[in-house]
Amino acid sequence: MDLSILAALNAERATRRATVLVTDVAGGTQRLVKAADIAADPLAEVLDKQLRMAKSAMVEVDGKQIFLTVQAPHPRVVVTGAVHISQAMAPMAKLLDLDLVIIDPRSAFATPERFPDVTLMTQWPDEAIATLGLDAYTAFVALTHDPKIDDPGLEAALRSECFYIGALGSRKTHGRRVERLAAAGFGAAGTARIHAPIGLDIGAVSPAEIALAILGEIVSTLRGPRRKPV
Amino acid sequence: MRHDLKRIAAAKVRIMISTDTDILTTAESWAKSGRSVALATVIETWGSAPRPVGSHLVIDGEGNFLGSVSGGCVEGAVVEEAVDVIADGKPRTLEFGVADEAAWKVGLSCGGRIRIYVEKVN
Repeated sequence: MDLSILAALNAERATRRATVLVTDVAGGTQRLVKAADIAADPLAEVLDKQLRMAKSAMVEVDGKQIFLTVQAPHPRVVVTGAVHISQAMAPMAKLLDLDLVIIDPRSAFATPERFPDVTLMTQWPDEAIATLGLDAYTAFVALTHDPKIDDPGLEAALRSECFYIGALGSRKTHGRRVERLAAAGFGAAGTARIHAPIGLDIGAVSPAEIALAILGEIVSTLRGPRRKPV
Repeated sequence: MRHDLKRIAAAKVRIMISTDTDILTTAESWAKSGRSVALATVIETWGSAPRPVGSHLVIDGEGNFLGSVSGGCVEGAVVEEAVDVIADGKPRTLEFGVADEAAWKVGLSCGGRIRIYVEKVN
């Protein structure tokens, strides 16, 4: 492997950007495909598929054995609201190997006693997100029901390329939210990125069930769509 | 309960220090510090293989290595081959499995088969 390819791969990884290293196993030739260049690549379909699964794999292309070394950043979930739903979400996210960050300026809510082993930030969401950065491997979830806290987070998420944005609340609540975001300059294409009502439609009732519905929707957005329609 | 969480956290740290990212970072820093370096990658597995496809092992010209391609079964043989790859610069593909008499000796006793790509970093 060319050292410059290895250095480029590590540099992309360090800034949380995905890459696929394409190696012709018989010939020994290699090239690095950055996430942004996948769509235009001759192997786009298979590269995209492996990247969604975050799995390296051997594939055959035109009779050649090609190995794909897939480097996908670790997915992260950023939540506004140190509430019951996010309390239930914490152990589930850990099992799913998702890094969880909870932002809530109400320091009485965001306590290590209520959230053991979770990264807590007690700044306002716009400030916290400026430190964190939201990227293509980050999901943003607004859970406070309080526009003062949720809206600045949603605005930051809409300006970012995060792969999932969800906001808690009924259709009516969401309607008012979209009006506020429109007044703040976000167009319909932007606000349509927000999953609301949030979560898979499993009839969730309890905080844990809502957490399950949200994480299910996040995983499905991260990994899908892989199943071909029949 | 708290004790269990600590154990889980400790286990996670152990996994993290041997992640494939860190192996690739190590490969880069070894090569940049002037050591001759080879990188081994699990490219295919059949049956019960101890390490998943994409796992890496980095080896230097003196046989020092970091990472894992088989959980210890065939590392010795891979390191030997890697020294040859460093010497002649030609990548090669190695295969280990129970069907192979020599491989049985080096010990992939789990019954699986693995293919490993070894290449020089330069």
